[in-house]
Amino acid sequence: MRRVVVTGMGSISPFGKGVDILMDALMANRSAIIAVPELADIGSLRTRVAALVTGVDPKEIPRKFRRSMSKMSVYATLASQEAITMSHITEEHCSSGQMGVSIGSTVGSPIATHEFYADFLRSNTLDNIRATLFFQIMNHSCASNVAQVLGITGRLLAPSSACSTSTQAIGYGYEMIAFGKQDIMLCGGSDEFHPLSAATFDIINAASINYNERPHMTPRPFDINRDGVVAAEGCGVLILESLESAVNRNAPVFAELIGFSTVTDHSSIADPNADSIESCIRKALGDASINPDEAHYINAHATGTILGDIAEAEAIARIFGSSIAVSSLKGHLGHTMAASGALETIATIGMMNRGFLIPTRNLDNIDPACKGLRHIRNIEQSNIEVAIKNNFALGGVNSCIVIRRYKHDR
Amino acid sequence: MIDEKVIEIINTSLANEFELDIEKMVPDALLYEDLGLDSLDRVDTVILLEQAFKFKIREEEEIRQIRTLGDIHTFVINKIQSLRETEGAIQ
Repeated sequence: MRRVVVTGMGSISPFGKGVDILMDALMANRSAIIAVPELADIGSLRTRVAALVTGVDPKEIPRKFRRSMSKMSVYATLASQEAITMSHITEEHCSSGQMGVSIGSTVGSPIATHEFYADFLRSNTLDNIRATLFFQIMNHSCASNVAQVLGITGRLLAPSSACSTSTQAIGYGYEMIAFGKQDIMLCGGSDEFHPLSAATFDIINAASINYNERPHMTPRPFDINRDGVVAAEGCGVLILESLESAVNRNAPVFAELIGFSTVTDHSSIADPNADSIESCIRKALGDASINPDEAHYINAHATGTILGDIAEAEAIARIFGSSIAVSSLKGHLGHTMAASGALETIATIGMMNRGFLIPTRNLDNIDPACKGLRHIRNIEQSNIEVAIKNNFALGGVNSCIVIRRYKHDR
Repeated sequence: MIDEKVIEIINTSLANEFELDIEKMVPDALLYEDLGLDSLDRVDTVILLEQAFKFKIREEEEIRQIRTLGDIHTFVINKIQSLRETEGAIQ
């Protein structure tokens, strides 16, 4: 098995464009949640808050490529460009056949799908359907569009497991490199906001609806007054690379990935389950060949739902007790869906390299059912050596990756 | 509709849709080589023209022969003329 390192990162988040902008906003404990009054126009939708991407100009991408992109592919392309610049990846690497792409989304573009059916159901003809529609609504739209722009000729994968998407995308990319199938993988997830994203949670009573007038106070992971998810959008990508390849080309190394696990939870298609989460984390630790006491920080999935936060807290407590620092970034970012695993992994690596732990925003009063953990509630100096990133999804998909500070031991 | 107006509508529609440099939109401009369009844009060009001039041309054999911007101008002008004549004959 080959060692796998992170040599580049790219972020399009509700805080704007770029990894530094993301990290600076998180370090400043800012909230990206805003009121979205137009959601009130949708019958029976109770939530009126979201975190939306700003500061992005799609015209940075030539029309030839942009025409087949919805917002989520625009985000994925711009984030990927940041990552390859950071990693000093050249056109030759992209076209070598040894570099692949693994970027997923929850669904194909909901906005393009909406526009198609709005016209089709009204007109019952295909007269107004553009040739580029399919390329926006296919499930591998982000991965394909990124590969087209960058000229990537290796493997293409587009995992789609809702909120677990990008952690799986990273994990599968990690395994491809570890097993020697590819040298470099561009991995991550992207999603664009559509009212259906918010409605998905609202319908099952898992969206935040009580803070519509105070958007910065929600979501509230692990807090007694939490009331659900705030839907968000964005994209995170990481360049994973074999250590050998990174060293040979003198690439910057930001962290090492040492473990990955993903499991299916068949106990419910909707409800989280502490046993399954525990199993997922333990498998990831096993994959990394480390004991629980060797991990220092968990970046929790914790979206601010009643059931999800309790199940995750219970699983973490069973494995680590109160010995490990825990925080969630959903209070800052909302739930960026398919992007959440990658964006929060990037932030975790940022914490590792900046020497700080970012607290859980809006955690004012810990829910007794989520106690027993070492919740981070204020920014702390810390030299994290090993961190864990959790990601869980509707549909019963849990995933977990283990990240280690890179030691210049080779 | 006079021919100059038809040409203006065509050029404006294509320039807006495909973000073309209006300076390059001369009649001799080859759609692929000079204006950078491709097979997908060709499909969307038909949709644009159908929407702009309210006719149906997708199945017309002559479309396959179009190579230049001037070919589009001529095709559309002839099509409009042909429709007028058909309408006149019916009336």
